[in-house]
Amino acid sequence: MNTANAPLTRDQAKVMNRFDITSRMVAKLHNDEAVIGGIGYTNFDLWAAGQRPQNFYMLGSMGLAAPIALGVAIAQPNRRVIALEGDGSILMQLGSLTTIASRAQKNLTIVIMDNGAYQITGGQPSATGVGTDLVAMSRGAGIVQSLWAADESHFEELIDRAIAEDGPWLIGCRIDNGGPRGTTERDPAQIRDRFMRGLGVKQ
Amino acid sequence: MPAEAAAPRKWHEIVRDVLKAENVRLVTYVPDNVLRPLIEAIHADPFFTAFTTTREEEAVGIVSGAWMGGMRGIVLMQTSGFATLPNVLASLPVPFQIPVTMMVSERGTLGEFNIGQAMVARTMRPALESLGMEHHTLSRLDEVEFIVERSIRQAVATRAPVTLILSPLLTGGKVLPSGEKVSTK
Repeated sequence: MNTANAPLTRDQAKVMNRFDITSRMVAKLHNDEAVIGGIGYTNFDLWAAGQRPQNFYMLGSMGLAAPIALGVAIAQPNRRVIALEGDGSILMQLGSLTTIASRAQKNLTIVIMDNGAYQITGGQPSATGVGTDLVAMSRGAGIVQSLWAADESHFEELIDRAIAEDGPWLIGCRIDNGGPRGTTERDPAQIRDRFMRGLGVKQ
Repeated sequence: MPAEAAAPRKWHEIVRDVLKAENVRLVTYVPDNVLRPLIEAIHADPFFTAFTTTREEEAVGIVSGAWMGGMRGIVLMQTSGFATLPNVLASLPVPFQIPVTMMVSERGTLGEFNIGQAMVARTMRPALESLGMEHHTLSRLDEVEFIVERSIRQAVATRAPVTLILSPLLTGGKVLPSGEKVSTK
């Protein structure tokens, strides 16, 4: 694995913007890749970056973006599946990283938007803001291909690789505390129905 | 035909057979001793994809995602694990109309020796009722096939999660290991 460009620690990664890198990621999805948006601003910016029928937007169940993505990946092994999570969310379900590592799920990628804070509730600091390194934890859980994105172009390179090469992957992104560019429409039955049609499960 | 009638299937064999007949392939679980024969029967059959998760919430998330991807699944757990789930049930399978099937090995009653299990078990049916979730208790061998098969079919047809509770009347439950003594003072 070429990790020459990858920062070794969270401190070395550039602070990027959530909407900007979410948009860069969505622009690279040309094969109906599924994306599971965790709750909060991560979800809002996925919505704002352009709605796709292959996007699933969680409304609650904090921490379950990666498990939901794992389920989709198991059901559809030929489709690439991406979970978008915040640092506070993944801290709630760190065990799920060990499950994903144990399954060695090849078609699964987790992207972490890490601003070191619970931004939507008022910016209270999370553990990653005071020293916890989620990429190191993920590697410790057994996800070997866990990397910090050095900057925007490196993030795009990592997304390209995650789409083309076997995973599981975890891509850590340091982001600023800019607000989201939109708000997800909270209509769960419609979100689920669109998603299932987007995955070809319903006609 | 053999002269003697075949031995009746055990509860876990019936459940395994119904899951196969209903095309429920994915099994996620947090281990439990009473569920062990079912878990072993499932792992012994290549029809199933089965694995442990670290929390019951995670197991429900995986089965929810798999359903949306076109694969049916079931979550296995014990009562104390169910007690960790109300927020996830209220924000994922119930509002998104995802027919997650859950099977709960019932502790806390009919001979429980652990006070924590006895107390947490009392929250299960009230939580299911307050979420408006369909649930059935399996206590008789001759009802297992009917209840499991019909419940899975109804869950799918109505896009609603369902919980099947395995009573100690059916499974024998979990009793104090021989050699261990409960203080009666």
